[in-house]
Amino acid sequence: MDGTLIIFWAFAGLAVLSGLACITRRSPVASALWLVVTLFALAALFVLLDAQFIAVLQVLVYAGAIMVLFLFVIMLLNLGRAGPTDLKGPLGLGVGVFLAGLLLMQLLVLRQAGLAPGGTVRPPLGQGMIPSVARPLFTVYLVPFEITSILLLAAIVGAVVLAKRKL
Amino acid sequence: MLLEPALTVSGVLFALGVLGVLLRRNAIVIFMCVELMLNAANLAFVAFAQQLGVAGQIFVFFVMAVAAAEAAVGLAIILAVYRHRRTVDLQNINLLKG
Repeated sequence: MDGTLIIFWAFAGLAVLSGLACITRRSPVASALWLVVTLFALAALFVLLDAQFIAVLQVLVYAGAIMVLFLFVIMLLNLGRAGPTDLKGPLGLGVGVFLAGLLLMQLLVLRQAGLAPGGTVRPPLGQGMIPSVARPLFTVYLVPFEITSILLLAAIVGAVVLAKRKL
Repeated sequence: MLLEPALTVSGVLFALGVLGVLLRRNAIVIFMCVELMLNAANLAFVAFAQQLGVAGQIFVFFVMAVAAAEAAVGLAIILAVYRHRRTVDLQNINLLKG
């Protein structure tokens, strides 16, 4: 087992454990903070998978912007105080664990299916750096990129309208 | 090659997200679990991008943009619901229940 793999599994374990903490903590604030830990661990995994720029975006956009938005709303609604748990009862727990375990089994079976033969392309050196990501983004994927800006505009307008005092 | 470990971790994280959505009653926490699932999908995309070319990483951009838009609109909806019902507990938001 080489060093990369050890680091990979260390961060993978961190991501899974903090994800587990995220869904089991009672306080929404604690959940959000554990989710931030998961996102940081995922950013580390992205670096190990040759996606350095995605890792930077992960920290900036997800751990930075989106989670701050979540924490803002949690504080705004004053949900931070301790209260009775919002985990469902033993029946809900059993059904939930069963369904999630079933899905996990399916995903693990799918993982063993493997890739089509000859499908592995050696990535060019420095893949994941900004030029190799930016060039396809502004040539082959230009139209989806522009449509994304319309999507964001629609989301901004929608959020402003929804958050207005009088709906 | 880290493809298989990455897909394993991705599957586990996705299952955790599903588990959270099924178990929690707080709308905001459920929303965070959806983000967890999106991130698990992103991890799978990046793992495949290492093998099959950079297109997977491009797709992660779009997933992030959609996640940001979704977070803004979704949290605005939760705020609007909270103003009407004074709660974000999905147990009490049952207007559509027959």
